[in-house]
Amino acid sequence: MLDAFLITAASLIGLALTFAMARFLRGPRAVDRVVAFDALTIVSLSAIVLAGLVTGRAIYLDVALVYALLSFLGVIVAARYLEGGEE
Amino acid sequence: MSRSMPPLKLFATLVVFWILLNGSVAPGTLAVGLVVAGAIVLLFPVSLSVVSGHRLTPEALVASLAYVGYFLKELVKANVRMAALVLNPRLPIDPAIVKVRTRLTDPVARLLLANSITLTPGTLTVEISEGWLYVHWVVAPTTDPEAATRAIVAGFERYLEVMYA
Amino acid sequence: MSGLLDVIGGILLIGGTAFLAFGGLGLLRMPDTYTRIQAGTKATTLGTLLTLLGIAFLQPAWALKLLLIMLFLMFTNPLSSQVLARAAHRAGIAPAPQTRADKLAEDEEGAA
Repeated sequence: MLDAFLITAASLIGLALTFAMARFLRGPRAVDRVVAFDALTIVSLSAIVLAGLVTGRAIYLDVALVYALLSFLGVIVAARYLEGGEE
Repeated sequence: MSRSMPPLKLFATLVVFWILLNGSVAPGTLAVGLVVAGAIVLLFPVSLSVVSGHRLTPEALVASLAYVGYFLKELVKANVRMAALVLNPRLPIDPAIVKVRTRLTDPVARLLLANSITLTPGTLTVEISEGWLYVHWVVAPTTDPEAATRAIVAGFERYLEVMYA
Repeated sequence: MSGLLDVIGGILLIGGTAFLAFGGLGLLRMPDTYTRIQAGTKATTLGTLLTLLGIAFLQPAWALKLLLIMLFLMFTNPLSSQVLARAAHRAGIAPAPQTRADKLAEDEEGAA
Protein backbone atom coordinates (compact mmCIF):
# COMPACT_ATOMS: atom_id res chain seq x y z
CA MET A 1 0.00 0.00 0.00
CA LEU A 2 2.61 2.51 1.14
CA ASP A 3 4.93 1.39 -1.63
CA ALA A 4 2.24 2.16 -4.21
CA PHE A 5 1.88 5.69 -2.78
CA LEU A 6 5.62 6.25 -2.82
CA ILE A 7 6.07 4.95 -6.35
CA THR A 8 3.22 7.12 -7.65
CA ALA A 9 4.59 10.18 -5.87
CA ALA A 10 8.08 9.57 -7.20
CA SER A 11 6.73 9.18 -10.74
CA LEU A 12 4.79 12.44 -10.50
CA ILE A 13 7.92 14.20 -9.27
CA GLY A 14 9.80 12.72 -12.20
CA LEU A 15 7.12 14.05 -14.54
CA ALA A 16 7.34 17.54 -13.00
CA LEU A 17 11.13 17.51 -13.34
CA THR A 18 10.87 16.41 -16.98
CA PHE A 19 8.47 19.25 -17.83
CA ALA A 20 10.57 21.83 -16.04
CA MET A 21 13.74 20.52 -17.70
CA ALA A 22 12.06 20.78 -21.11
CA ARG A 23 11.28 24.43 -20.42
CA PHE A 24 14.80 24.97 -19.18
CA LEU A 25 16.24 23.62 -22.43
CA ARG A 26 13.75 25.44 -24.61
CA GLY A 27 14.16 28.86 -23.01
CA PRO A 28 13.84 30.97 -25.10
CA ARG A 29 15.15 33.77 -22.91
CA ALA A 30 17.51 33.73 -19.97
CA VAL A 31 14.64 34.70 -17.65
CA ASP A 32 12.64 31.67 -18.80
CA ARG A 33 15.57 29.46 -17.97
CA VAL A 34 15.90 30.97 -14.51
CA VAL A 35 12.14 30.47 -13.98
CA ALA A 36 12.51 26.84 -15.04
CA PHE A 37 15.55 26.49 -12.79
CA ASP A 38 13.54 27.88 -9.88
CA ALA A 39 10.80 25.32 -10.51
CA LEU A 40 13.39 22.54 -10.82
CA THR A 41 14.86 23.36 -7.42
CA ILE A 42 11.46 23.60 -5.73
CA VAL A 43 10.46 20.22 -7.13
CA SER A 44 13.75 18.61 -6.22
CA LEU A 45 13.26 19.86 -2.68
CA SER A 46 10.30 17.48 -2.45
CA ALA A 47 12.38 14.79 -4.13
CA ILE A 48 15.11 15.17 -1.50
CA VAL A 49 12.67 14.91 1.42
CA LEU A 50 10.99 11.92 -0.25
CA ALA A 51 14.38 10.27 -0.64
CA GLY A 52 14.94 10.89 3.06
CA LEU A 53 11.63 9.22 3.85
CA VAL A 54 12.44 6.17 1.75
CA THR A 55 15.92 5.74 3.19
CA GLY A 56 14.74 6.72 6.69
CA ARG A 57 17.56 9.22 7.18
CA ALA A 58 16.67 12.54 8.81
CA ILE A 59 19.85 14.22 7.55
CA TYR A 60 18.04 14.73 4.23
CA LEU A 61 15.86 17.32 5.94
CA ASP A 62 18.86 19.49 6.68
CA VAL A 63 20.06 18.98 3.13
CA ALA A 64 16.65 20.14 1.88
CA LEU A 65 16.66 23.19 4.14
CA VAL A 66 20.11 24.37 3.08
CA TYR A 67 19.24 23.58 -0.53
CA ALA A 68 16.10 25.72 -0.34
CA LEU A 69 18.11 28.58 1.17
CA LEU A 70 20.83 28.42 -1.47
CA SER A 71 18.47 28.11 -4.42
CA PHE A 72 16.51 31.11 -3.16
CA LEU A 73 19.67 33.20 -2.96
CA GLY A 74 20.75 31.92 -6.36
CA VAL A 75 17.50 32.98 -8.02
CA ILE A 76 17.61 36.42 -6.37
CA VAL A 77 21.18 36.97 -7.58
CA ALA A 78 20.31 35.76 -11.09
CA ALA A 79 17.28 38.05 -11.21
CA ARG A 80 19.36 41.03 -10.07
CA TYR A 81 21.79 40.30 -12.85
CA LEU A 82 19.04 39.94 -15.47
CA GLU A 83 17.44 43.22 -14.45
CA GLY A 84 20.22 45.04 -16.23
CA GLY A 85 18.67 43.88 -19.48
CA GLU A 86 19.66 41.20 -21.94
CA GLU A 87 20.40 40.82 -25.63
CA MET B 1 6.75 53.02 22.65
CA SER B 2 6.44 50.63 19.76
CA ARG B 3 10.12 51.35 19.02
CA SER B 4 11.22 49.57 22.18
CA MET B 5 9.55 46.27 21.28
CA PRO B 6 11.40 45.00 18.16
CA PRO B 7 14.62 43.69 19.82
CA LEU B 8 12.60 41.48 22.16
CA LYS B 9 10.41 40.27 19.34
CA LEU B 10 13.42 39.58 17.15
CA PHE B 11 14.96 37.62 20.00
CA ALA B 12 11.78 35.56 20.47
CA THR B 13 11.49 34.87 16.73
CA LEU B 14 15.09 33.70 16.53
CA VAL B 15 14.71 31.40 19.52
CA VAL B 16 11.53 29.85 18.08
CA PHE B 17 13.30 29.25 14.76
CA TRP B 18 16.25 27.71 16.54
CA ILE B 19 13.98 25.30 18.40
CA LEU B 20 12.15 24.37 15.18
CA LEU B 21 15.47 23.86 13.42
CA ASN B 22 16.79 21.56 16.13
CA GLY B 23 13.50 19.90 16.89
CA SER B 24 14.48 19.69 20.56
CA VAL B 25 14.55 21.76 23.73
CA ALA B 26 17.43 19.94 25.42
CA PRO B 27 19.18 22.30 27.89
CA GLY B 28 22.43 22.45 25.91
CA THR B 29 20.72 23.18 22.60
CA LEU B 30 18.47 25.76 24.17
CA ALA B 31 21.40 27.53 25.87
CA VAL B 32 23.32 27.84 22.61
CA GLY B 33 20.18 29.16 20.90
CA LEU B 34 19.60 31.80 23.58
CA VAL B 35 23.21 32.99 23.44
CA VAL B 36 23.31 33.17 19.63
CA ALA B 37 19.91 34.89 19.44
CA GLY B 38 21.04 37.38 22.05
CA ALA B 39 24.26 38.10 20.14
CA ILE B 40 22.34 38.64 16.89
CA VAL B 41 19.94 41.06 18.57
CA LEU B 42 22.88 43.03 20.02
CA LEU B 43 24.79 43.07 16.73
CA PHE B 44 21.83 43.89 14.49
CA PRO B 45 19.47 46.01 16.54
CA VAL B 46 17.76 47.42 13.44
CA SER B 47 16.20 44.69 11.35
CA LEU B 48 12.90 43.88 9.76
CA SER B 49 11.06 40.66 10.35
CA VAL B 50 7.49 39.47 10.04
CA VAL B 51 6.71 40.57 13.54
CA SER B 52 8.42 43.99 13.42
CA GLY B 53 5.37 46.19 13.13
CA HIS B 54 2.89 43.61 14.32
CA ARG B 55 0.54 44.86 17.00
CA LEU B 56 0.23 42.76 20.11
CA THR B 57 -3.43 43.46 20.83
CA PRO B 58 -5.95 40.61 21.05
CA GLU B 59 -7.72 41.87 17.90
CA ALA B 60 -4.45 41.82 15.99
CA LEU B 61 -3.72 38.24 17.05
CA VAL B 62 -7.22 37.12 16.09
CA ALA B 63 -6.78 38.88 12.75
CA SER B 64 -3.48 37.03 12.24
CA LEU B 65 -5.14 33.66 12.72
CA ALA B 66 -8.03 34.65 10.46
CA TYR B 67 -5.51 35.88 7.91
CA VAL B 68 -3.65 32.57 7.87
CA GLY B 69 -6.94 30.68 7.48
CA TYR B 70 -8.17 32.93 4.68
CA PHE B 71 -4.79 32.72 3.00
CA LEU B 72 -4.68 28.91 3.05
CA LYS B 73 -8.22 28.73 1.68
CA GLU B 74 -7.32 31.09 -1.17
CA LEU B 75 -4.11 29.18 -1.83
CA VAL B 76 -5.93 25.88 -2.30
CA LYS B 77 -8.82 27.39 -4.28
CA ALA B 78 -6.55 29.26 -6.65
CA ASN B 79 -4.26 26.29 -7.19
CA VAL B 80 -7.15 24.06 -8.16
CA ARG B 81 -8.28 26.72 -10.63
CA MET B 82 -4.76 27.00 -12.04
CA ALA B 83 -4.50 23.23 -12.43
CA ALA B 84 -7.82 23.18 -14.31
CA LEU B 85 -6.49 25.94 -16.57
CA VAL B 86 -3.27 24.11 -17.35
CA LEU B 87 -5.03 20.79 -17.99
CA ASN B 88 -7.56 22.41 -20.33
CA PRO B 89 -6.44 21.66 -23.91
CA ARG B 90 -7.51 25.14 -25.09
CA LEU B 91 -5.52 26.88 -22.32
CA PRO B 92 -8.20 29.56 -21.77
CA ILE B 93 -6.03 32.38 -20.39
CA ASP B 94 -6.81 36.08 -20.67
CA PRO B 95 -3.84 37.87 -19.09
CA ALA B 96 -3.30 41.51 -18.20
CA ILE B 97 -0.98 43.55 -15.99
CA VAL B 98 -3.29 45.63 -13.83
CA LYS B 99 -2.69 48.34 -11.28
CA VAL B 100 -4.10 48.14 -7.76
CA ARG B 101 -3.89 50.46 -4.78
CA THR B 102 -3.13 49.58 -1.19
CA ARG B 103 -3.87 51.61 1.93
CA LEU B 104 -1.18 49.78 3.90
CA THR B 105 1.82 51.86 4.89
CA ASP B 106 3.83 49.45 7.05
CA PRO B 107 6.63 47.92 4.93
CA VAL B 108 6.22 44.44 6.38
CA ALA B 109 2.45 44.58 5.85
CA ARG B 110 3.07 45.58 2.24
CA LEU B 111 5.52 42.73 1.78
CA LEU B 112 2.99 40.27 3.20
CA LEU B 113 0.32 41.66 0.91
CA ALA B 114 2.56 41.38 -2.16
CA ASN B 115 3.55 37.84 -1.15
CA SER B 116 -0.06 36.81 -0.54
CA ILE B 117 -1.09 38.16 -3.93
CA THR B 118 1.74 36.26 -5.55
CA LEU B 119 1.13 33.01 -3.71
CA THR B 120 -2.49 32.84 -4.75
CA PRO B 121 -1.97 31.82 -8.34
CA GLY B 122 -3.70 33.80 -11.01
CA THR B 123 -2.10 36.93 -9.64
CA LEU B 124 1.58 37.88 -9.49
CA THR B 125 3.01 41.09 -8.08
CA VAL B 126 5.41 42.54 -10.66
CA GLU B 127 6.32 45.90 -9.17
CA ILE B 128 5.52 47.99 -6.11
CA SER B 129 5.63 51.77 -6.37
CA GLU B 130 4.46 53.87 -3.44
CA GLY B 131 0.82 52.91 -2.81
CA TRP B 132 0.46 51.08 -6.11
CA LEU B 133 1.04 47.44 -6.91
CA TYR B 134 1.32 46.21 -10.49
CA VAL B 135 -0.14 42.75 -10.70
CA HIS B 136 -0.02 40.24 -13.52
CA TRP B 137 -3.34 38.43 -13.76
CA VAL B 138 -3.70 35.22 -15.75
CA VAL B 139 -7.44 35.51 -16.23
CA ALA B 140 -8.25 39.20 -15.80
CA PRO B 141 -11.97 39.96 -15.65
CA THR B 142 -11.21 43.69 -15.47
CA THR B 143 -8.37 46.15 -16.01
CA ASP B 144 -10.00 48.97 -14.04
CA PRO B 145 -7.83 49.85 -10.98
CA GLU B 146 -10.79 50.22 -8.61
CA ALA B 147 -12.44 46.93 -9.54
CA ALA B 148 -9.09 45.13 -9.57
CA THR B 149 -8.27 46.49 -6.11
CA ARG B 150 -11.55 45.13 -4.77
CA ALA B 151 -10.95 41.75 -6.38
CA ILE B 152 -7.27 41.27 -5.52
CA VAL B 153 -6.34 43.42 -2.53
CA ALA B 154 -9.41 43.93 -0.37
CA GLY B 155 -9.60 40.37 0.97
CA PHE B 156 -6.08 40.37 2.40
CA GLU B 157 -5.99 44.05 3.34
CA ARG B 158 -8.96 43.64 5.65
CA TYR B 159 -6.84 41.51 8.01
CA LEU B 160 -3.46 43.17 7.47
CA GLU B 161 -4.90 46.56 8.43
CA VAL B 162 -5.78 45.23 11.85
CA MET B 163 -2.50 43.34 12.26
CA TYR B 164 -0.16 46.24 11.44
CA ALA B 165 -0.47 49.79 12.65
CA MET C 1 -3.76 3.69 14.01
CA SER C 2 -0.51 4.14 12.12
CA GLY C 3 -2.38 2.61 9.20
CA LEU C 4 -4.74 5.60 9.09
CA LEU C 5 -1.87 8.10 9.30
CA ASP C 6 -0.16 6.28 6.46
CA VAL C 7 -3.25 6.53 4.27
CA ILE C 8 -3.73 10.26 4.97
CA GLY C 9 -0.04 10.85 4.39
CA GLY C 10 -0.05 8.84 1.19
CA ILE C 11 -3.05 10.72 -0.21
CA LEU C 12 -1.49 14.11 0.64
CA LEU C 13 1.75 12.94 -0.92
CA ILE C 14 0.06 12.03 -4.19
CA GLY C 15 -2.04 15.20 -4.21
CA GLY C 16 1.05 17.31 -3.60
CA THR C 17 3.19 15.64 -6.23
CA ALA C 18 0.28 15.89 -8.69
CA PHE C 19 0.32 19.67 -8.20
CA LEU C 20 4.07 19.62 -8.81
CA ALA C 21 3.42 17.86 -12.11
CA PHE C 22 0.67 20.38 -13.03
CA GLY C 23 3.09 23.17 -12.25
CA GLY C 24 5.66 21.64 -14.57
CA LEU C 25 3.04 21.23 -17.27
CA GLY C 26 2.01 24.87 -16.86
CA LEU C 27 5.63 25.94 -17.13
CA LEU C 28 5.81 24.13 -20.44
CA ARG C 29 2.48 25.19 -21.92
CA MET C 30 2.15 28.85 -20.95
CA PRO C 31 2.89 31.39 -23.71
CA ASP C 32 5.09 33.99 -21.98
CA THR C 33 7.47 34.53 -19.08
CA TYR C 34 4.83 35.99 -16.74
CA THR C 35 2.27 33.25 -17.21
CA ARG C 36 5.06 30.69 -16.83
CA ILE C 37 6.07 32.19 -13.51
CA GLN C 38 2.40 32.07 -12.49
CA ALA C 39 1.86 28.44 -13.38
CA GLY C 40 5.33 27.08 -12.89
CA THR C 41 6.82 28.43 -9.74
CA LYS C 42 3.58 28.78 -7.80
CA ALA C 43 1.49 25.68 -8.37
CA THR C 44 4.67 24.07 -7.11
CA THR C 45 4.31 25.95 -3.81
CA LEU C 46 1.08 24.23 -2.82
CA GLY C 47 2.48 21.03 -4.31
CA THR C 48 5.51 21.19 -2.05
CA LEU C 49 3.45 22.15 1.00
CA LEU C 50 1.13 19.16 0.50
CA THR C 51 4.00 16.80 -0.22
CA LEU C 52 5.86 17.82 2.93
CA LEU C 53 2.64 17.67 4.96
CA GLY C 54 2.06 14.15 3.67
CA ILE C 55 5.58 13.16 4.67
CA ALA C 56 4.94 14.66 8.12
CA PHE C 57 2.03 12.21 8.47
CA LEU C 58 4.18 9.30 7.35
CA GLN C 59 7.07 10.29 9.61
CA PRO C 60 5.60 12.31 12.54
CA ALA C 61 9.00 12.71 14.21
CA TRP C 62 10.03 14.99 11.35
CA ALA C 63 7.00 17.25 11.63
CA LEU C 64 8.75 20.23 13.26
CA LYS C 65 11.55 20.49 10.78
CA LEU C 66 9.17 19.93 7.86
CA LEU C 67 7.07 22.78 9.22
CA LEU C 68 10.16 24.99 9.23
CA ILE C 69 10.90 24.13 5.59
CA MET C 70 7.27 24.85 4.71
CA LEU C 71 7.34 28.25 6.44
CA PHE C 72 10.60 29.12 4.76
CA LEU C 73 9.20 28.18 1.37
CA MET C 74 6.05 30.21 1.88
CA PHE C 75 8.19 33.32 2.31
CA THR C 76 10.90 32.78 -0.24
CA ASN C 77 8.88 31.28 -3.06
CA PRO C 78 6.61 34.26 -3.75
CA LEU C 79 9.60 36.56 -3.28
CA SER C 80 11.64 34.84 -5.94
CA SER C 81 8.59 34.82 -8.27
CA GLN C 82 8.15 38.55 -7.75
CA VAL C 83 11.81 39.33 -8.21
CA LEU C 84 11.88 37.29 -11.42
CA ALA C 85 8.73 38.96 -12.77
CA ARG C 86 10.14 42.38 -11.96
CA ALA C 87 13.47 41.50 -13.56
CA ALA C 88 11.65 40.32 -16.69
CA HIS C 89 9.66 43.52 -16.90
CA ARG C 90 12.66 45.75 -16.24
CA ALA C 91 14.64 43.85 -18.87
CA GLY C 92 11.89 44.86 -21.28
CA ILE C 93 10.35 41.45 -21.90
CA ALA C 94 6.88 42.09 -23.27
CA PRO C 95 3.93 39.94 -22.17
CA ALA C 96 2.30 37.60 -24.71
CA PRO C 97 0.30 39.31 -27.47
CA GLN C 98 -3.05 38.23 -26.02
CA THR C 99 -2.34 40.22 -22.85
CA ARG C 100 -5.07 42.84 -22.68
CA ALA C 101 -3.33 45.61 -20.83
CA ASP C 102 0.06 46.45 -19.34
CA LYS C 103 -0.54 49.27 -16.90
CA LEU C 104 3.05 49.13 -15.70
CA ALA C 105 4.48 49.79 -19.17
CA GLU C 106 1.89 52.53 -19.68
CA ASP C 107 2.83 54.27 -16.44
CA GLU C 108 6.53 53.98 -17.14
CA GLU C 109 6.03 55.57 -20.51
CA GLY C 110 3.99 58.35 -18.92
CA ALA C 111 6.76 59.03 -16.42
CA ALA C 112 9.54 59.02 -18.99
